[in-house]
Amino acid sequence: MDKWKDNKAWFLVIPVFILVAFSAIIPLMTVVNYSVQDIFGPGNRLFVGTEWFKETLSDTRLHDALGRQLLFSGLVLLIEMPLGILIALMMPKKGWASSLSLVLIALPLLIPWNVIGTIWIIFTRPDIGLLGAAINGMGVAFDHTNSAGQAWITLMLMEVWHWTPLVALLAFAGLRAIPEAYFQAAKIDGASTWATFWYIQLPKMRGVLTIALLLRFMDSFLIYAEPFVLTGGGPGNTTTFLSIYLVKIAVGQFDLGPAAAFSLIYFLIILLFCWLFYQVLLNVGKGEKTS
Amino acid sequence: MARITLDKVAHSYIAKPSDETDYALRLIDNIWDDGGAYALLGPSGCGKTTLLNIISGLLAPSEGRVLFDGKDVTDLPPEKRNIAQVFQFPVLYDTMTVFDNLAFPLKNRGFTKQDAKTRVLEVADILDLTDSLNKKAAGLSADAKQKISLGRGLVRRDVAAILFDEPLTVIDPHLKWQLRCKLKAVHEQLKLTLLYVTHDQVEALTFANKVIVMYEGAIVQIGTPQELFENPIHKFVGYFIGSPGMNFMPCKIDGNRAFINGSSIPIDDRVAELGENLTDNLEIGIRPLYLEVHATEVENSVPVTVKSIEDQGSYKIVTVRLSGNLLRARLDEKSVVPPEKAWIRFPKDWIRLYHKDKLLTLQSND
Amino acid sequence: MKKRTIAFIIYLVLLMLPIYWMFNMSLQTNADIMGSFNLYPKNITFSNYMNIFTDSAWYNGYINSIIYVSMNMVISLAVALPAAYAFSRYNFIGDKQIFFWLLTNRMAPAAVFLLPFFQLYSTVGLIDTHIAVALAHCLFNVPLSVWILEGFMSGVPREIDETAFIDGYKFPRFFLTIFLPLIKSGIGVTAFFCFMFSWVELLFARTLTVTNAKPIAAIMTRTVSSSGLDWGLLAAAGILTIVPGALVIYFVRNNLAKGFAMGRV
Repeated sequence: MDKWKDNKAWFLVIPVFILVAFSAIIPLMTVVNYSVQDIFGPGNRLFVGTEWFKETLSDTRLHDALGRQLLFSGLVLLIEMPLGILIALMMPKKGWASSLSLVLIALPLLIPWNVIGTIWIIFTRPDIGLLGAAINGMGVAFDHTNSAGQAWITLMLMEVWHWTPLVALLAFAGLRAIPEAYFQAAKIDGASTWATFWYIQLPKMRGVLTIALLLRFMDSFLIYAEPFVLTGGGPGNTTTFLSIYLVKIAVGQFDLGPAAAFSLIYFLIILLFCWLFYQVLLNVGKGEKTS
Repeated sequence: MARITLDKVAHSYIAKPSDETDYALRLIDNIWDDGGAYALLGPSGCGKTTLLNIISGLLAPSEGRVLFDGKDVTDLPPEKRNIAQVFQFPVLYDTMTVFDNLAFPLKNRGFTKQDAKTRVLEVADILDLTDSLNKKAAGLSADAKQKISLGRGLVRRDVAAILFDEPLTVIDPHLKWQLRCKLKAVHEQLKLTLLYVTHDQVEALTFANKVIVMYEGAIVQIGTPQELFENPIHKFVGYFIGSPGMNFMPCKIDGNRAFINGSSIPIDDRVAELGENLTDNLEIGIRPLYLEVHATEVENSVPVTVKSIEDQGSYKIVTVRLSGNLLRARLDEKSVVPPEKAWIRFPKDWIRLYHKDKLLTLQSND
Repeated sequence: MKKRTIAFIIYLVLLMLPIYWMFNMSLQTNADIMGSFNLYPKNITFSNYMNIFTDSAWYNGYINSIIYVSMNMVISLAVALPAAYAFSRYNFIGDKQIFFWLLTNRMAPAAVFLLPFFQLYSTVGLIDTHIAVALAHCLFNVPLSVWILEGFMSGVPREIDETAFIDGYKFPRFFLTIFLPLIKSGIGVTAFFCFMFSWVELLFARTLTVTNAKPIAAIMTRTVSSSGLDWGLLAAAGILTIVPGALVIYFVRNNLAKGFAMGRV
């Protein structure tokens, strides 16, 4: 649809602009401000230019956190994407069963993030948790507070439990949009279930799946509450991801300068992926209009 | 190729239908010959898609049986009936090339690569797709895509019938004609049984040997385009086919004349006999093409007021009023029509008499 | 079909298991929990829930959360609706850039904005108020709302707008009486996602509040760090945070799939 050209439309956008600018630009300016200064105390600051940036970029703890973050996000995608698609394929399409499934599946998405952590703390404790007791009962000494490996496993379990529904719901929506005629034609052509999936369903879900992929990557990249509540970033700092590290140095250690510099770098990485996401969104929209 | 038999088929979407109106498809008892090109023509909601789906196997009829070459296929799903279907919009495997699209049905049926290739090349040649074989199917135009859909049906040499569900819906107008000609050529070349559903009479009349006109779930008439035009069995067929549709006026018969609200016109004696004892629901029908319009009074003509003259390019549509009835005549573009008053004549051969919407013919009772 | 259904049911059971477990805990006293391992509550007690309903320190948490979430929903919708309309119908200077900029805010790591927000709201004296949290959440909810609404609005043919204007409708009247009813389901979906993100968010909600506007999520985390952990109480509090969410999903269940199809969450 061709849009009308009219700059007066800006008036409609001004409330949004002001609100978001207030929430975004002003704080960002503060961050930029801090990132180039060394703050000894209120009123006592020294301009240090790019020193914080240099320091941050060479900070090994930051590198470690980034490494862990990438591993985490990578695992998230590897597990949640196929699993989400699988679930979407299995979901009932019509009737009360479909409504019920949608409600149940969406439930984890509406639980406050700290409660998610709490649920899994309880669930995995060897003394009072179902999973914890079950695993220990099978002979495996399970206590994620002591072992980095087990902490990661618990974390991944929680994360997959929490967010796969998002992928599943997106995939489900994509599947539902496929006209019935394609399945009829596939049947007439004698296609197997696998062929129907590979040649019809998967290609037609391309748009939704790309969106799901980018969303999950970006959201997992800035995750904070759930791992923080579950492991606190530990044992040690084995599950300290980027956001947790940032909050630690900003609020915990009150190193405003380095924290600000790091914030900007962090944000820039996200911006890059954001831009990718935007491009995909534009193209998906175009694709849907022509097919 | 198959001979399709519909044995007392009817369909209702309601579990316990109580009367006729509950049926989407009323009783159909029909045999369609092997190798014919049939068009299912009717307005939206007349049941033609329901009928098509029953034949293809996508829908099981609530009553009756479907037979292919005498074999009962009523309970068989589409893939077991060996039919092919072309849908309203192109249905393809977007990620595959044109070649792979055409080869797909053969691959699934266990053809060897070589056999499949031979077959695909044959069909591609028939459909003028040979140049596009290596292109990705997704990037082609709508009409090429529909040809590919058709091709997937043609590659299966033993396909019983190819069913088309309004296949030209998304095709550009100037390409519709080309595609229609191609379909007809394919039919003539391969002698397949083709069943074509449409609401467009032009498509139906140019494509089919026999047209099946449907209305409100029932088959109203089956015949060649000519039969439908000259002798519409049902008032609906008269009205639906032809542009503009047939003219109808209520009348009464007395002797060998038909009386329309005061005016009268002479009619054929045998036709008059048919309508003699019927006092109501009697109508005269005549196609606009046959209605004569004269500037001066001629023998057996009646005076009318001229309401409008529309110039449609190669022909004119003249609307006149006779005793309160509006009639339309289709005249040659060069005809001269007086602007206010004229005389029209009803050639006896083309007058048809309808009682309760059904054509009265010499063999029919009522 | 059958195998598919069974596998799906297994998945649903696994999905509900942790939630069930917490429900199980919530119906037992802490003594029972620590004392023996029970697959289901042997002595069902509602004391945990009663505690929460009667202790203002707890139930205020819920009320606070509901207050700022509702405020956020209203504010977000109010500013997003006109903006979405602008993006949907008009080309104007910088429109694509603004849209992209809004998108970046949805993706902003809360950690980055934490301290600046704290300082900002301290400066204007809004710390520990509901409006502070509501506004902070606008950072990601407003862009999200603009997006989703723009998607739904683009589905409404422009002819409707044009007809209304020709008929003499002034923009506000047209917008309120004609346009909005047409995108009812879009507004519902948007409200749902605003609710969802605002309800589950922890960082801002905890940092910007002290006592008056402390949300339930923060109260729970506070409990976790103190000694003498009452698992039963904690579990009950957790279950109660799930209830509003479940209700909201139930109300929009028919539009859920469509909303997710917009793909912009």
